[in-house]
Amino acid sequence: MNIYVLLKKTFDTEEKIAVQDGRIEDDGAEFIINPYDEYAIEEAIVQRDTHGGEITVVTIGDEDSEKQLRTALAMGADKAVLINTEEDLEEGDQFTTAKILEAYFKDKDADLILAGNVAIDEASGQVGPRLAELIGIPYVTTITSLSIDGADVSIEKDVEGDVEVIETSLPLLVTCQQGLNDPRYPSLPGIMKAKKKPLEELEIDDLDLDEDDVEAKTKTIDIYLPPEKEAGKVLEGDIGDQVRELVSLLKNDKKVL
Amino acid sequence: MSDKLLVIGEVRDNDIRNVSFEAIAAAKQISADAEIVGVLLSDNDLASAGEEFIAYGADSVITVTHDNLKNYTSEGYGQVVLEIIDELSPNGIVMGHTSIGKDLTPKIASRLSAGLISDVVDIEKDGEAAVYIRPIYSGKAFEKKAFEDDFTFVTIRPNNIPALEKDVSRSGEVTSKDIDIKDLRTVVKEVMRKASEGVDLSEADVIVAGGRGVKSAEGFKPLYELAEVLGGAVGASRGACDADYCDYALQIGQTGKVVTPDLYIAVGISGAIQHLAGMSNSKVIVAINKDPESNIFNVADYGIVGDLFEVIPLLIEEIKKVKA
Repeated sequence: MNIYVLLKKTFDTEEKIAVQDGRIEDDGAEFIINPYDEYAIEEAIVQRDTHGGEITVVTIGDEDSEKQLRTALAMGADKAVLINTEEDLEEGDQFTTAKILEAYFKDKDADLILAGNVAIDEASGQVGPRLAELIGIPYVTTITSLSIDGADVSIEKDVEGDVEVIETSLPLLVTCQQGLNDPRYPSLPGIMKAKKKPLEELEIDDLDLDEDDVEAKTKTIDIYLPPEKEAGKVLEGDIGDQVRELVSLLKNDKKVL
Repeated sequence: MSDKLLVIGEVRDNDIRNVSFEAIAAAKQISADAEIVGVLLSDNDLASAGEEFIAYGADSVITVTHDNLKNYTSEGYGQVVLEIIDELSPNGIVMGHTSIGKDLTPKIASRLSAGLISDVVDIEKDGEAAVYIRPIYSGKAFEKKAFEDDFTFVTIRPNNIPALEKDVSRSGEVTSKDIDIKDLRTVVKEVMRKASEGVDLSEADVIVAGGRGVKSAEGFKPLYELAEVLGGAVGASRGACDADYCDYALQIGQTGKVVTPDLYIAVGISGAIQHLAGMSNSKVIVAINKDPESNIFNVADYGIVGDLFEVIPLLIEEIKKVKA
């Protein structure tokens, strides 16, 4: 099976967010593989180990993205591709990303493409479905179970807590939800092997695209931090009095009861 | 010429979801004099749902009833919505940022080569142009976005943009349209209901959420009782789900649901950063926890340091009194 994983690097979840001149300040920040993409990598490995084939991890990013790709290779992916847009693109949006991936996948004959259901930074969740539509294959988002039998695919999909059982077929794109699996940690031998696995670097030129083809349809005007919350009030006294005070505050001050 | 905006509504168990009414209000904010065309899809008759959509501000409604629309699939809904777009040539689309909205809108946007600004929580005007505000980095920051061209396409987060007042005196045409749906490559075989007992978490005005401090599945019972008295829903931290106190369907946080109720009561939740990512934009936060050093008190408006099994029953009684 010809399996692909779409990967995005994101800020570490513990990272404090700072803003300067309407942009997120990322100097010195720790980056990780988007947590939902880890489910995608793990699932790709499980499916390859069951059905055979090869896993290629694809990311759009900059030089530094190699680190996250190597981690995916250390987990068990076979090949990695970095589409480096650092020099060609200043601003991009989900349209941009999907168009670049469309060009990449044009001649790839993918059986299965896996992605995270959302990236924890910009949280749009658009790129997977957009790409599937552009390359003309079906997609199922937020999956929590995947079983493949020949070309037949049976999926469980999380729908706001309910579970849908879906039948479809390859080729297919899925986006992964928490609960699908437990992503493995890279092993030491895995990390050693990953250093020698192939990592191809492309620019949008190599995909016969130029800047105009992928020009963003939306723009970011400003980024700002939410207003500091006033310090909360920890109530005091007898528990019964605290409860009465709380209910009164909720009813009369905040008007939420 | 005034704008024409499509609002794609969601019908669940024959009721229109509240976020769909909010989407009508959002469309009005985007363009005050826009003609708003509602779109409703189902396998059932939608005449009365159509009237309700009009009462909430739509100028006209197109309904499509087809067996293949019983369960949402991106292909089934996609075919219908794209055909309606093709016929009406709207200059924008608004939908709720729900499971269906998240799944369907990127497909439509991709087909239209359009931008899509998703998960919008507020809309501002810069002259004539609308500016959209959405949370990023799990609510730790916000961005203001706008479209480069004239086509508007947004999904709105439930519970943030208030719906318009229902006005049954409004009138408008509800048209049932026949659209054939063919060649579905994905089929929903079965739907297993887990979360739908009681109030929907993502649209709830009040959420009572439990963490590891609740200690057991049994320990969640008073939380359900409190939620019921408040007309709210029960949620949970990842810790509580991992410990099997409740189903993952209830999980709130970075993984799990992002919620913005009017009132969030965190019970026995320590306030890990991943949990805060799912609820920190709630309007009023109450924390009940034994440990005064818990991080949850740093984001709470009001805190009670104490044993939840003592506090919750008292709280239920007191709320019953003021609600009576």
